[in-house]
Amino acid sequence: MYCEECKQKPATVHFTQMFNGKKTEIHLCEECAAKKGVMFLDTDNKFSISNLLGSFFGSGNLNIHEITAPSPSQRCPGCGMRFMDIVQNGKLGCSECYVTFDQQLEPTLRRIHGNSQHVGKIPVHGGKKVLVKKEIERLKQQLQQAVNREEYEKAAEIRDYIKKLEKKLS
Amino acid sequence: MGINDLLNSNFVRWMDAEGSPESDVVISSRVRLARNLRMVPFPHLLDNETGKRCMQEIKNAWQKSTCKELKEMDLITFDQLSFLDRQVLVEKYLISPDHAESDSFFRGLLVNNGGDLAIMLNEEDHLRIQCVLPGLQLGECYRKIQIIDDDLEKNLNFAFDEHRGYLTSCPTNVGTGMRASVMLHLPAISMTVQAKQIFQNISQLGMTVRGLYGEGTEAVGNFFQLSNQITLGQTEEDIISNLTSITMQIVLQERHMRQKIKEQMQDQLEDRVRRAYGILTNAKLITSKEALVLLSDLRLGVDMGIIKNIKPFTLNELIVVIRSAHLQKKVGKELDAVNRDLKRAEVIQEKLLFGKK
Ligand SMILES: [Zn+2]
Ligand SMILES: [Zn+2]
Repeated sequence: MYCEECKQKPATVHFTQMFNGKKTEIHLCEECAAKKGVMFLDTDNKFSISNLLGSFFGSGNLNIHEITAPSPSQRCPGCGMRFMDIVQNGKLGCSECYVTFDQQLEPTLRRIHGNSQHVGKIPVHGGKKVLVKKEIERLKQQLQQAVNREEYEKAAEIRDYIKKLEKKLS
Repeated sequence: MGINDLLNSNFVRWMDAEGSPESDVVISSRVRLARNLRMVPFPHLLDNETGKRCMQEIKNAWQKSTCKELKEMDLITFDQLSFLDRQVLVEKYLISPDHAESDSFFRGLLVNNGGDLAIMLNEEDHLRIQCVLPGLQLGECYRKIQIIDDDLEKNLNFAFDEHRGYLTSCPTNVGTGMRASVMLHLPAISMTVQAKQIFQNISQLGMTVRGLYGEGTEAVGNFFQLSNQITLGQTEEDIISNLTSITMQIVLQERHMRQKIKEQMQDQLEDRVRRAYGILTNAKLITSKEALVLLSDLRLGVDMGIIKNIKPFTLNELIVVIRSAHLQKKVGKELDAVNRDLKRAEVIQEKLLFGKK
């Protein structure tokens, strides 16, 4: 059997998808499957992703081309979960999963929230680095403004302060 | 002693609605923050060993806390509570039904005397800090929770990522980790044909509407829960102010409709309210569904001045005490369906006829 998408390579990824109550079988090669965001499927493992939480992770939408293919057997160093485990559970395993599966999560987060970047509260202790980064961003804007207004003395002052903060980060 | 009071009496702080803002329509406001510890498996992957370590860390942070909000709390783990007692906490909205399923020593609750401030331990996330107050008070709820969050953070290493924000076990909560909700009583809006339209508009604004008893439940007795759906890409302040202003619009709409009904159908309205009062104070057997529907009518009657001498507290208390765990706790034994209906009718009459002050 050849891949339904490229019709060139042998189809090694098979799965059934529930859509509007109808069961559809899909056969793809690994490459196309990865492109479509179904890379979390084991090649020899058939299962249907019909649960609600699964749909957060892209099973209801096969047009996600922006994802690059990671190895399906990749495990989170923190908890040992694979991305397919996360999809099946509808839950991540630990805080490190967010780093390990960052790329796979991106479209999921967009689908749920319409956003993927946090803009809210930053913890004072755990988020010290982030707070410093934000401060640097703010100062760089001030620096630009100072330069635009030709206030070079002030600009130099701000630049020194930015350098100091950047040192703190590294 | 806090936890025993909460288990043995009906009182929870949000029931005391007298004088709180918009309490003719908004029953209560709740804000909840999800927080997790870095490098500790999320609760669904905890075993006895990691669970013990997780609880110990949280316990240490709580004991080191300096704010009065945390100092006033009591810690209870679920191995110390019976199934019935855990259900009582569910019915008081202090823990979730899923959380109550467990009798594990590493799942539990930190809670203050009034039950207005609580932290669910190792439910879906390591910590779920919540504040519930009567009426429309989302801003005040958030203010109180911030105090707790800031204090805990001094001694706990929360899982936080620059891009994703606070990391949670379910991706639907990541970012702020914040879920704000209001419990609404909308009898007049529900009577109108526009009701469906209004709820559809709400969901287009990134909000969810649900029934009284939470996720997946239908809206019995015109009680609705409205909450934010999006937690990532919005600030906490935005979420609170959006939900507050949408709620305020619904409140005004509901009041407007109530006034209209009063003008155009005064007799029918009065009849409906009096019938509800009649059944509630005379029935021998009553199911929880019937009771909720009639309590909604009665509540409308009280809010519109048709029925006097019933306190808002009694009406709020009744939402909770007619539920099965509270009935069984009161009798001190398990009850079958018929005996629950019998006891329920008895409790309602006791509150309505003798609860007057
Ligand atoms: Zn292909
Ligand atoms: Zn992990």
